[in-house]
This record gives sequence, structure tokens and C-alpha cells, in this order.
Amino acid sequence: MWPLKWKKREQEYRRQREEFFEAVKRLNRRDFLKVAGLSAAVFTAKTVVPPHSFQVVDVVRAEPQEKPLFRFAYISDTHLYERELNERFVNAALRAVRDVNALDPPPDFVIFGGDLAQLGQPKELELGKQILSELKVPVKMMVGEHDWFLDMGEKWRELFGPENYSFDHKGVHFIVLMSVNEKDFWTERNMTPMERMLTVAQLDNPIQSRFEVGEEGREWLRRDLAKVSKDTPIIIFSHSPLYKYYRPWNFWTEDAEAIHEMLFPFKSVTVIHGHTHQLLTHRIQNIHFHGMLSTAWPWPYAPEGLPKLTVPMERPDPFDEADGTGWGTVDVHRDGYVDKHYNLWSRNPITVAKAYLESWGKEAIPPAPEFPPY
Amino acid sequence: MRTAKLLILVVGIIGLALVATSFERRTVGAQQSKASGGSDRLVVQLCDGETKLEIADARAGEVLPPEKAREVARRMMAAYAEQQAKQVSKWTARDRLTWEREQKRVIEEGYKLFHDWRALGGTIGISCDMCHPDAAATHPETYPKFQTQLKRVATLRDMINWCIENPMKGKPLPPDDPRMIALEAYITSTRKGVPLEPGKH
Repeated sequence: MWPLKWKKREQEYRRQREEFFEAVKRLNRRDFLKVAGLSAAVFTAKTVVPPHSFQVVDVVRAEPQEKPLFRFAYISDTHLYERELNERFVNAALRAVRDVNALDPPPDFVIFGGDLAQLGQPKELELGKQILSELKVPVKMMVGEHDWFLDMGEKWRELFGPENYSFDHKGVHFIVLMSVNEKDFWTERNMTPMERMLTVAQLDNPIQSRFEVGEEGREWLRRDLAKVSKDTPIIIFSHSPLYKYYRPWNFWTEDAEAIHEMLFPFKSVTVIHGHTHQLLTHRIQNIHFHGMLSTAWPWPYAPEGLPKLTVPMERPDPFDEADGTGWGTVDVHRDGYVDKHYNLWSRNPITVAKAYLESWGKEAIPPAPEFPPY
Repeated sequence: MRTAKLLILVVGIIGLALVATSFERRTVGAQQSKASGGSDRLVVQLCDGETKLEIADARAGEVLPPEKAREVARRMMAAYAEQQAKQVSKWTARDRLTWEREQKRVIEEGYKLFHDWRALGGTIGISCDMCHPDAAATHPETYPKFQTQLKRVATLRDMINWCIENPMKGKPLPPDDPRMIALEAYITSTRKGVPLEPGKH
């Protein structure tokens, strides 16, 4: 079964390569783009044979595309325990910091996507702050539920400031929105702060409430958006996906619709979120959504509700603890929409381009996995 | 097995008779219930949990005189014998209850272990559910299969132990460890009804 499939693919690959070389011979300036398309086809047809030097994909792609306005990087979901308990997550966070520092040219800033700590302990948060202070560019912090539910954000606010804030950068209005509030499930159960934290920290714990921005947060957002003109590009950072993907795991924001209503009048809106630890792509009208990778571990895709535009990442290899994890960069274009780069540590990087979302998945399709999730 | 069960039944029936004769003021208690369909005649149930007898001339809650109680016990025994003569299965409703109860208990134990790194001997704060919420991506239906990284065909049990040893940094469990059985029970329970596809990658 497999060898036959491979054989067929290899034949197809060789045929396309011949065609490509023929085309290159006839090459003139006008035909350049056409050949570029062909070489992209060669690239996707390849599965067994590694890419060769005849591919001009990168050269050609660089030429016709609009240059992005600026780039920022992201690191997310480090889930740090104290170093004495777990060194692996600490090392992964440090690796991401090193990788981002090695970017040349450096990104304009780094967004940290939340869940710095595993159980909201002051020592975990302080360790996280220490690690992130190694970054050479400014860091924008976002809070996650693992940082919050031990002391309801007290320590986090002390270290990093308010959980909702906004800033402007090169004509784009950035909003960091706290989206992981939960309705009180702990008082009636007489839970200690640690019991509350452990409940929220367990993704598949059905006792906890669903994530929400909440009334106060929505009011804050309304006031913030009122100051911004409708054609200013908006990029929102939230920890939970600002839509409804899978309720049992809180891959979910309960009041997502109310938030969308506030965002629909704007010309260009992009949401970049943490929490899901996987490649995730979604679009609702003018709003583009992108997930972030975790440095600690990948979550499996939920059994249902995966957004149609998501091309899932290949299932991670459990024998490689870095597989399915990493960090990434975001190229922001003039209109505010972005090319989202997932820099997976054990795989080739994957880009989900602005053109892919703008064409509703018809163009610039990211590579499909050979072994999709179960 | 069968002899033992019969013995228990007989003891039960004798017990019933004794209850009725020796403690006349007490009702037959747990052994009696109200008949369905609104009738309030006395209904006596045998301790097999299945055989029931409605006593035509006694009301629910009524205390039977010794003579009558012995008569009831004789009739119950007869009803039981008659039922046994017709019965094909050796299993009773009680067996079924035991199966369900034990299965549920072990699955629940497995769920707890799945979410508790300490209970499984982990040492770095990583528990099963951190990578496998609701046991997702465990796909027990695909084992045994060749595991490239182990260079052999492996079972679910091998993979559970691999996870305990590697990401969790603990010691592998012996195959007959009740914790291993509980983990298997929980993991497979989440894929109930999914077709078996051993070897699937």
C-alpha cells in the first residue's frame, strides 16, 4: 500500500521536475511567475525526495509580494514549574528566548501569550519574569488562567501591570485582552485557592466555568475601541481563542459573539491567541484568528469543532519532547493583516499567510500533514 | 460457584422464615416492597434480587404469622426452583450489577491516576492529562502496532509505561499493578464503540 503510493508520488514528482526544467529553458521575464507556480507544485508533490537546488520558490516569492510593515515575535504557554521540580519547561522557555534573540533583524517586540506559570505560584511567575528579562527587545505580557486562579491575578499584576491594556505601534492599534475570567464555581464548593487553581489548571475538568472576557472587560474594550478610527488596523492578543472551538476544554470564549459585534465595524482585525498549543486558523468576517505554539507541550486537536480554515499540524512524536512545540513570528502588513509563522522546533517552519485567509483558504494553502490527528 | 450461590439462597430463605417467626413484631423489612400497579399487597423478594412473590392475602407492611411465613418461604423456594429449571443463563441480575459496579470503580480509579502524577510515581509535575485531555490522542484501538521508536510491536501497556518512564520521569509499573489495569480501563473507556484497528498509524 505505502510503497505503491510513494512510487506514484515519486513518478509524479519526476514528471513535474522534467516539466520544470523545460520551462526554465524557455524562461523569460514574463514567464517567471508562471514557472514559480510550477516549482511550488513540485514542492508540494514531493514527499519522499528532499528538496533540491532547482527550486526557485523562495527567490520568486520574495519578489512579487508586498513587504511587511514590521515583524514581532511571540513566545507562549511556558507553563513553568519551579526549576527544582521541572527543568524541561524552564529549558524550553530559555530556548525560545535564545531563538528570538538570534533573529536578525530583531523583531519590534515580543508578545508573551499567557500561562507563564503552571500553578500561579509567585516563584513560578518570578522565574518566568527572570527568563523573559533576557529578551533583547521589549516584551508585552498577557495573562493566562494558569497565572491567574491561585490569587486571582494579584502576583501577576504586581509583576507585569494591568491585565487589560492597549498600545499603538506603527499605525496598528494593539489590544491585550484578558479573556480567561470564569464565573465563581469555587465559593459554593468551599475550595481553597490551590484547589481552585488545580481545577482550572486541569483542561478536562468539567467543574470549572467557561472562559469569558466578562462584563467589565467588555466595557473596558468598548471604551478603548471608541478612541480608535474604524480604518485603523487592530491586532488583539487574548489567551483563549476569541471564538467558540471546543467547550469542554475551554478552547472557547463564552461571550465571543458580543466581542465580535464590537469588532465587525473595523476594517481589519486580527486576533492572536494562546491556550490551544497548536496550529489554529480561523476567520469570521473581517476578523482573522491565529493560534500560538506552546514551548512546553502540544495539545491534541479537539475531537470536534476545528475551524474549517485550520490545516492541522501533523501529530507530534511523543518520543521527541520538543516536537509540536516552539515559538513564532508575525509579519504585519500595511492593512494590518498578518503572515503568521509557526517556528516548530522539530519540524520545518509553517507559514499561514494573509493571502490564505483573505482567499478563504483558496490560495497560499499551508502544507497538509501526512499523518493527521486521530 | 453454583453450589455456593444456591447455599446463599437457601440461607437467605431460612433467614426470611426466621425473621418472620422469631421477630413477629418486625416486618419483613428490606425483603418486601409495594407491588407495582397500585396494589398494596405484600410482595416478597428473594435475595437473588430477581424472584418476587406477591402474597394474595397479605397487605404490604403486614407481619406474617410464623405458619404463614414458613408457607411463603416454601412457595418462594418452589418459585425459585421453577425459575431455575427454565433458566438458560447461569448469570443473574446481581452478576450484572457487580460487573457494572466494578468496571465503573476501576475506570474512576484510572481517571484519578490519569490526573495525578504523584500517584503514578512521576517526579517532574507532568501528569497524563497534560498531553491527553479526556485521554485524547491515546488511540488504544490502534494497538498492538509497530512503534518505530521502540523498534518493535508494542501494546497500549508498553506505551503507558513509556510515558511514565520518560515524560513523567517515574518507574514503569508491573503489568499486574492495579494502577496499570485502572489506567487501561479508563483510557479504553474513552474510545468505547470505536472500531478496533490494530496496526493503524
